Amino acid sequence: MIITSHEDLESVRKRGLTKIQPKHPRIGVGTSSCGIAVGGMQIFDRMQELIQKEGYDITLVKTGCIGFCKEEPIVSVTIPGKSQVLLHKVRPDDAERIIALALKGEIPEDLALCRIPDWDHITGNLVYGDGFESVPDYGEIRFFSHQKKVILRDSGLINPEDIDEYIGIGGYSAAFKALNSMDPDTIIEEVKKSGLRGRGGAGFPAGLKWEITKKAPGTEKFIVCNADEGDPGAYMNRNEMESDPHMLLEGMLIGAYGMDVHEGLIYIRAEYPLAIERLTLALDQARAYGLLGKNILNSGFDFDIQIATGAGAFVCGESTALAASIEGKTGRPRLRPPRLTEKGVFGRPTDLNNVETWCNVPVIITKGATWYSDIGAKGNTGTKVFSLVGKVENIGMVEVPLGTSLRTIIYDIGSGGAGGKEVKAVQTGGPSGGCIPVRLFDTPVDFENLNMVGTMMGSGGLVVMDEDTNMVDIARYFINFASSESCGKCVPCREGLKHLLLILNRIVSGKGTRDDIEILKELSDTVQKTSLCGLGQTAPNPVLTTLQYFGEEYEKLIAPEGK
Amino acid sequence: MDEKILDEIIAHYPSQSGKTLGILREIQIREKHIPMDTLKLLSGKIDVPLSRLYALVTFYSFFSLKPVGEHLITVCMGTPCHVKGAEKILESLEEHLGISEDTQDGKYLQTTPDNKFTVEIARCFGACSMAPVLRVDGELHGYVTPEMIPKILEKYGWKR
Ligand SMILES: Cc1cc2nc3c(=O)[nH]c(=O)nc-3n(C[C@H](O)[C@H](O)[C@H](O)COP(=O)(O)O)c2cc1C
Ligand code: SF4
Ligand code: FES
Ligand code: FES
Repeated sequence: MIITSHEDLESVRKRGLTKIQPKHPRIGVGTSSCGIAVGGMQIFDRMQELIQKEGYDITLVKTGCIGFCKEEPIVSVTIPGKSQVLLHKVRPDDAERIIALALKGEIPEDLALCRIPDWDHITGNLVYGDGFESVPDYGEIRFFSHQKKVILRDSGLINPEDIDEYIGIGGYSAAFKALNSMDPDTIIEEVKKSGLRGRGGAGFPAGLKWEITKKAPGTEKFIVCNADEGDPGAYMNRNEMESDPHMLLEGMLIGAYGMDVHEGLIYIRAEYPLAIERLTLALDQARAYGLLGKNILNSGFDFDIQIATGAGAFVCGESTALAASIEGKTGRPRLRPPRLTEKGVFGRPTDLNNVETWCNVPVIITKGATWYSDIGAKGNTGTKVFSLVGKVENIGMVEVPLGTSLRTIIYDIGSGGAGGKEVKAVQTGGPSGGCIPVRLFDTPVDFENLNMVGTMMGSGGLVVMDEDTNMVDIARYFINFASSESCGKCVPCREGLKHLLLILNRIVSGKGTRDDIEILKELSDTVQKTSLCGLGQTAPNPVLTTLQYFGEEYEKLIAPEGK
Repeated sequence: MDEKILDEIIAHYPSQSGKTLGILREIQIREKHIPMDTLKLLSGKIDVPLSRLYALVTFYSFFSLKPVGEHLITVCMGTPCHVKGAEKILESLEEHLGISEDTQDGKYLQTTPDNKFTVEIARCFGACSMAPVLRVDGELHGYVTPEMIPKILEKYGWKR
């Protein structure tokens, strides 16, 4: 069926809604990568077998991830007319019991994490109902209560493998509105007004980049989604694509229409097989409804998206290396300008945005720029998704308004150090970022404030370190990472990082001297100032921040004769 | 690799964008490495010089020219796994399997002399919540400790 009118979209929406809220019980099993890793798929298979064998009147679906990784596998049970209940730490052995109870309109209370009486999908609102009052409300769970879900509004609640469910809660209505009633320039204006900044790390205003791309001379332009997510410990983009792939596709469709571009690419790292699989399926489903292809939604606009896979090179997240990689070359950055907006993939003007940047677009169109810019802080509007990992109690996917303090994220949401240990620092921005000590935890998380304390936003990985973490070793770890990921094109990065690593190895093994520390500083400065691309320019940050904030740990390692 | 299969893989890529790396990725997944013959065959078929394909295979860490043993063990060395002791996991594997950490072309890939196990490292499976993590033939093992290594290996036919 090709959707060409508002009525068509409405009829799919109604069908989608009855899938999410059927007249019989519905069970959703969290099966994104980390859910699967702890047994989500076994639970799903076991349940499917039981339901099929007995012919039970139960809808069983895969869902994405609600983000509370520590509590996975998470299973949701919806009894018609009652609150949806999330069950946590479910084991395959629990499958039978969950099904038997669901058939009676009940849930296993011992497994219940919380209940959801209603949910604001932003593009639509779902009311489930009351009931199960003995189970805590979603808002009473500390991990959830400080979060604001805009990007993750559907994650873990809908089936990412069924486009009808996305449309059911209002998906693609923003695209419909944009393509049928908005002037392309108005869309760019709206995104500019929203204040949306790129979520890939540098925070460049998205609307402005769109405008520059649109104005660039040339016809066969590209829009590209950067799904390389190379920062180890960051998996927001993976979760966004696995849990709600159509949100990304819809964002790209609206952007393409605004910029009048007809070809889209998603550059995704090869290490994300499930995300690739779900995106491929989502693309097929979108094409089948005419949401991609020719004359989309009967607007006369043509657009399609292809997937290009990476192959395990961190540097390919850098824009010019990424373009080279798509062209089938080794991913070595080149000098800019020209920027991609001028000379991108195959030399054509290209707009490159991060997954999450695109994901912000549908709500901006649905709710308007003012609604959006009211979230977050001035100059840093909207929310940001973080992966809160390392030595923190509540590990998971966290979404908060920009400008939220590290303290709120790590203590209120994360509940502090794992196993009651003392938190010492947090690393933001991955290998390009730095370590922030506890005494600076009141720093608001936004692009400028993080820069001010010597680190950067990056893509959103937050790795918590505790009293047992050796900060010099962390610096060495990151330099080792950057050094082995250096593309080797320019000397400061290729050779400079190697020497930083040698010095750090020496210090860690107790053979360092005071001079070594001076050389570390000097060399870091040189590498920062003279490297060609962002990889080299930012790689010394972990060394510089640990020297600045944890200098005493270096001191302690200096051999007595070296002092 | 069978020529017919290679043709099928190539047919998945009607457009130039992402073509070469996409084909190599599928070969790597199927064969668990990139056989030199296949690379030569591919060079002729898609009209890309062998030297350029070779450069790609050595530049990108997802590809490997060396065949791997019966079981492929991938140890995650991402930041969260690192702070939770991934190094010790790798050391324990090296010790039990009798392999050393000498690497060629900067890629860590070690195979036991009996060709039973290959150990490689990776950066983050996105399963950091159960760090440290290792993967054996596609199956993830979480919350691993060095002490657990013999037990895990025994599951795949390793004997002390
Ligand atoms: C070494 C390096 C790695 C990068 N990795 C990523 C990445 O994995 N994902 C990403 O979106 N941006 C990454 N970036 C930033 C991109 O170059 C680019 O700024 C971004 O994709 C633009 O999108 P945005 O404006 O929506 O943020 C990286 C940059 C550098 C220098
Ligand atoms: S800074 Fe490093 S990664 Fe970037 S171009 Fe130079 S050598 Fe390559
Ligand atoms: S449990 Fe899904 S993102 Fe972690
Ligand atoms: S760092 Fe090991 S799974 Fe992410």
